[in-house]
Amino acid sequence: MSRTHVSCTVNGDAVEFLCEPGGSLLNALRDDVGLTGVKEGCGTGDCGACSILLDGALNCACLVFAPEAQGASIVTVEGLADGDHLHPLQECFLEGAALQCGICTPGFLVAAKALLDHNPNPTETEIRYGLAGNLCRCTGYDKIVRSVREAAAQMREATS
Amino acid sequence: MKYFAPSTIEEAVGLLASEPGTRVFAGATDIIPQMRAGRPEPEGLVDLKRIERLVSVQRNDTMWTIGAAAPTAMLTANAELSAELPGLVEAAGLIGSDQVQSRSSLGGNLCNASPAADSVPAMIVNGARAVIASGTGTRTVAVADIPIGPGRTSLAPGEFIIEIEVDRPPARTGDAYLRMIPRSEMDIAVVGVGVRVTLDEAGRCLSAAIALGAVAPTVVRVGAAEAALVGSTINDETLAAVAAAASAACNPIDDKRGTIAYRRHVAGVLAKRAVTIAAQRAQNASNSGEAR
Repeated sequence: MSRTHVSCTVNGDAVEFLCEPGGSLLNALRDDVGLTGVKEGCGTGDCGACSILLDGALNCACLVFAPEAQGASIVTVEGLADGDHLHPLQECFLEGAALQCGICTPGFLVAAKALLDHNPNPTETEIRYGLAGNLCRCTGYDKIVRSVREAAAQMREATS
Repeated sequence: MKYFAPSTIEEAVGLLASEPGTRVFAGATDIIPQMRAGRPEPEGLVDLKRIERLVSVQRNDTMWTIGAAAPTAMLTANAELSAELPGLVEAAGLIGSDQVQSRSSLGGNLCNASPAADSVPAMIVNGARAVIASGTGTRTVAVADIPIGPGRTSLAPGEFIIEIEVDRPPARTGDAYLRMIPRSEMDIAVVGVGVRVTLDEAGRCLSAAIALGAVAPTVVRVGAAEAALVGSTINDETLAAVAAAASAACNPIDDKRGTIAYRRHVAGVLAKRAVTIAAQRAQNASNSGEAR
């Protein structure tokens, strides 16, 4: 079976990889690009652990065929921090103890970033709907929601 | 498996003809979980999203043309479409999470042919048509005629949907879609109800369309409920008739999401509520002067 060559941009870097035509972008990012922050939970688009931004739109990497990434711009959790400076969402998740086992955390961070990109001042209800595609089996969600609100407030402060 | 990403309709038609066992996909939000669950993989996949016409949303003087593979997030972000066809947009916006909304499409929702597909009753009450491409050119059929059973469509091998056409609504017209799910988000409809009504200047119902999802193998039009509305004003009596007709029209299954009795009851309740919302919207469309 011939493998397909894909060129794309991941977290600002030009990346090339070879993939199985029917393989998922999730596996390509983890196994070929080496970005293991993208987690596999369900593999069927229900849990959101593999959330990425694909050309700016929030996606489950498990629901994207790897060759679809040709020419695309991808952001994973590894692209959120600016060098050693964590993204405000990451700081607030740490400060607010918004994680326990941590496997859902990269997906929540990326989904929260997508939410705040479109809506810098979401209500609690909007956050809960915005993160409905992400499952956490540890925290009960309250700390996650509070941390997103706090990060949103800090980010608004920083840009005002 | 082979993967193709054609940039024209002609190229896609040619691939389906020359590559046996190849099928098209839009957002893959159904096909990937189906492959994961052990369904046989196709020999080849044709990604339709690189064809401009299949991912564009346009309006002219008479109708909306919505690319079959246009992500539903594009529809919910379209203020003009949301203003003219709010029920259709609400139904499209209910499909899955924000992640899924970046991929799900009207064409995919229709061709997956789930009895519970949210956008299908909403398309049907708005008289939507599917423009279909094949080796012999294009043909246009009513959306209602595409699904023929769970997971089955009337499309012939080698055919695929290019776009969905919806005529722009006449004056004093409103649509609505409501669904019942056991959770508040991220679930599949136990019952879905699409409604569209057009009122006259006195508030009497000139025409009505009511369609139920998830209560039979394919969408059910509730002719008796429509008949109860036409010529009448929308009041407690006509709404009770709508509810009774909707409950009676159901042919549901028992499953983990709801029993037959529950689905029947909920179909009546939702039909009544959806008619009320659609009628309110029709009224507002006349008051605001937005209607054409």
